[in-house]
Amino acid sequence: MEKIIQKVKNLSVGFKSQKGKEISILKNITTNIKKGETVGIVGESGSGKSTLALAMMGYVKQGLFTMGGECIFNSSNLLAMGNRELEKVRGRKIAMIPQNAGQSLTPNLKIGYQIDEALKLHTNLNKNERDKKISELLNKVRLPSPETIALRYPHELSGGQQQRVAVGMALAGNPDLLLLDEPTTGLDVTTQAHVLELLNFIAKDTGTSMVYVSHDLGAIAQVSDRIIVMYSGEIVLEGPARDILKQPIHPYTYGLLKSIPKLSLAGLPDSMPGSQPQPGAKTKGCSFYDRCNLAEDKCKKNSPNLEYVSELKTSVRCFNYKKLIEQKSEKQSNIKRNEKNIKINEILNLTDVSISYAKQKLLDQIFNKITDSNPTVKDINIDINKGETIALVGESGSGKSTILKSIAGLLRTKEGNIKFDQDRILSNDLKKRSSGDLRAIQLIFQNPDESLNPNHTVEEILAQPLKLYFGLSGEELKNNIIGLLEKVRLGKFYLARYPRQLSGGEKQRVAVARAFAAKPDVILCDEVTSALDVSVQAAVLNLLQQLKEDFGTTYIFVSHDLAVVRAISDRVAVLYQGRLCEIGPSKNVYKFPSHPYTEVLLGAVLEPDPDIKPKLVAEDIVEDKPPEKGCCFQGRCPRFLGDKCKNETPPWQIGDNGNAIRCHINIKDLEKKQNGN
Amino acid sequence: MFFLIIKRILLGFITLIIVSLITFVGTEVLPGDACTTYLEREAYGAALEACYERLGLNVPAHERYLSWAYNVIQGDFGYSLSGQMPINEVLGPRVKNSMVLASAAIIIGIPIALILGIVTALWRDKLPDITISTVTIFAMTIPEFISATLLILIVAIWLEWLPGIVIVPTDVTITELLPNIILPVIAIAMIMTAHMARMVRSSVIQVMSSDYVQMAILKGVPYWKMVFKHVLPNALLPAINVVALTIAWLLGGVVVTEVVFNYPGLGRLVIESISNRDLPTVQALAIILASIYVSINLIADLLTLMLNPRLKTLQIRK
Repeated sequence: MEKIIQKVKNLSVGFKSQKGKEISILKNITTNIKKGETVGIVGESGSGKSTLALAMMGYVKQGLFTMGGECIFNSSNLLAMGNRELEKVRGRKIAMIPQNAGQSLTPNLKIGYQIDEALKLHTNLNKNERDKKISELLNKVRLPSPETIALRYPHELSGGQQQRVAVGMALAGNPDLLLLDEPTTGLDVTTQAHVLELLNFIAKDTGTSMVYVSHDLGAIAQVSDRIIVMYSGEIVLEGPARDILKQPIHPYTYGLLKSIPKLSLAGLPDSMPGSQPQPGAKTKGCSFYDRCNLAEDKCKKNSPNLEYVSELKTSVRCFNYKKLIEQKSEKQSNIKRNEKNIKINEILNLTDVSISYAKQKLLDQIFNKITDSNPTVKDINIDINKGETIALVGESGSGKSTILKSIAGLLRTKEGNIKFDQDRILSNDLKKRSSGDLRAIQLIFQNPDESLNPNHTVEEILAQPLKLYFGLSGEELKNNIIGLLEKVRLGKFYLARYPRQLSGGEKQRVAVARAFAAKPDVILCDEVTSALDVSVQAAVLNLLQQLKEDFGTTYIFVSHDLAVVRAISDRVAVLYQGRLCEIGPSKNVYKFPSHPYTEVLLGAVLEPDPDIKPKLVAEDIVEDKPPEKGCCFQGRCPRFLGDKCKNETPPWQIGDNGNAIRCHINIKDLEKKQNGN
Repeated sequence: MFFLIIKRILLGFITLIIVSLITFVGTEVLPGDACTTYLEREAYGAALEACYERLGLNVPAHERYLSWAYNVIQGDFGYSLSGQMPINEVLGPRVKNSMVLASAAIIIGIPIALILGIVTALWRDKLPDITISTVTIFAMTIPEFISATLLILIVAIWLEWLPGIVIVPTDVTITELLPNIILPVIAIAMIMTAHMARMVRSSVIQVMSSDYVQMAILKGVPYWKMVFKHVLPNALLPAINVVALTIAWLLGGVVVTEVVFNYPGLGRLVIESISNRDLPTVQALAIILASIYVSINLIADLLTLMLNPRLKTLQIRK
């Protein structure tokens, strides 16, 4: 039998509520981590997955306490150890790679010092050996020129580089167990794929056991041998990665997998109703009862136990898992989107739009102009049709949100104009826009926590646009608000609630309702689902689609998540460094990506399927600024031609499928090459 | 970096010009002028004319401003009205006295504030925190004139340990002044220390709950090493600006305390010259106080910039 290195036994962690009641966040967790294996812990926010990982290091966050159980490492219970003893385990035997490396590296200390600190604590090397080891570690995590990186401060590195430094630092003590808490969340798609590949390499190379905590089943699928699915502080499913992903026998996992949009499938994913219960809210019965479509009476009264199914080597916490085994994994049902009612009526025309963030010099301020030879966003020409959903995709820094802000009037354009309804040019200056133009274009932001005023009730939030644009009041106003709430499937009783009393999904629904209150023609969606859990994301996407069909609204949808874009958009525009690379109907762009950048992006997407590996075609370098001349993608292009790409701005080409790309290579050749891959 | 310093100094200079203009215009629009105040009931006819002639008040305002400004740049503030002395001679000892008071308060107050702030933060919600926090809240909320009066009552009158008020000539030597300043320093330091300790406490607590401190713990860094290497440098950076403001406030004269203790510092001079309508002195004081604030803030900003690597690169890139 394989050696077990960490044994979690009946672990419960909780906090004391204000009324003095003990509320558990982790309930009776028992599991083992074997030597050399990678275990993925997956769950939505609030499922207790990070708390579990931290407990495996003997760390319980402030405000929480251990209610019972043990975490046994090397035959001693970490949770009963004093700080002195723990200092010898942490970093040396068990190391952590944190979620947000940018915030987890001490800002006033150089990278080299921070790694050296770990080496000093956990090895007996002398100064020279340590310096050599630092270079070695930075080399191992594939950072360019380790000597210079060591002299930098954390903020001088890009997100991907910071994450690599964190990995290097964790490896400094040569640990037996690595805990990874969402190590790739917040990174760009291509960077994420590269970091995962690095982690896989390290796991194989050093034989370290890993515990990989993430909400992202795509990332989990790429690294894990075994998967633990958590829901509401309990393990609901545990077993070999492949079996769990291919045949999930717990209804929650089943629904979760179906709610993830996939690149290979067009159309919206199925959504799961409801949301995870708050800690302490549920006292008896199965915690998934409210959202389960297999639920029976007994599920309400009794909590199921974790049951081992020997033929699948899987443990499951469900009375009815057999039903899911019998139910042969059918094809994803896919709510078909109605793609026909797009009229060829242009509603927004962006002509030669350039936007610059450059600070105005005094002279330019006086003459009220912007001089910047290399603006952040340049030469954007997009015609948007009434009723279509057009998506802008690209990595961070691609200018997608900048374009949205410009359309909304929040940012001035440097050159070019934005025409509305084919005849009116929208003013650059928000104050000069007419009330009608303002009403016609509405924004939904990424984070509803920040976009909803915490001191206003839902009723007040929704009343504002109605009063402002339509002058409603009294009974009529109230009826309209209730109507809006019904449209986003929230009941009347939400009227008096404050944003903090709503769940993430409910808040975003209120934000959607507020946008629709203005009866807009165009809604700008800025990463509207990125802050939401997967199952909630699917529901919000479905809602947006439904509303669009009812009102004929046009969406401009900005997202970094290519699978989400695939699910919702009719047309997609791929941006790199503020320049358009490719634009075309979604189904064709995804099926026949022609531009090398589109190819790179799509290749890096992680699918929740262990058989689909990401293709890494280009380095994940971060460029500060777009190049002065030539093609915007020259710095990273896997099909770089040389001087031509460096000096000449590539021409537009239109392929047979309706994709337009900007590249020097003939579009037909590009398509052939990519199909050949 | 160099360019930045030059820019900030220029901006500071502009601030001073604006302050001088405002005070000048302010004294101009007020009804009455230096001569009418000085001559009181005799302010008419030949006497008034003679006074105008003597003080040069009969030339147009802008010319007076320019010649005044020209003299100020050369370090000459002109004559005070009440004492008929050169203002420089009036100000000199006052500035020195205020400096002595301020330095004493700073030397005692700042280290205590840092220690109290750090201790309360590290033992948050434990006994040391609860006791110290309660005391600091009291020290913060009791107004200085009450604490000063109580100090005089207890230490000077009941115990007779120290002089209750300062009865020395304005231009005493520092050694003679020292025993006199103990009570005023305690009165000032109490409020100042309490404010700063609370600031340091919340700053340290914020840093202690940051991701990078959690990371340092999980890296196995011993507690005190973590406190000194990872927590304090980051927590004390924002304190620099607060300390700077406190120093400026102290140097600018702690009016109430100086009045209660009859201390011959800048603060009392401000009060005196305003009630005497000694306008040239008021103008001079305004300029001096403004330059203290401007220069100390400048130093604090440059210090933060130098100590905070994040800001440093940001500025250089710009």
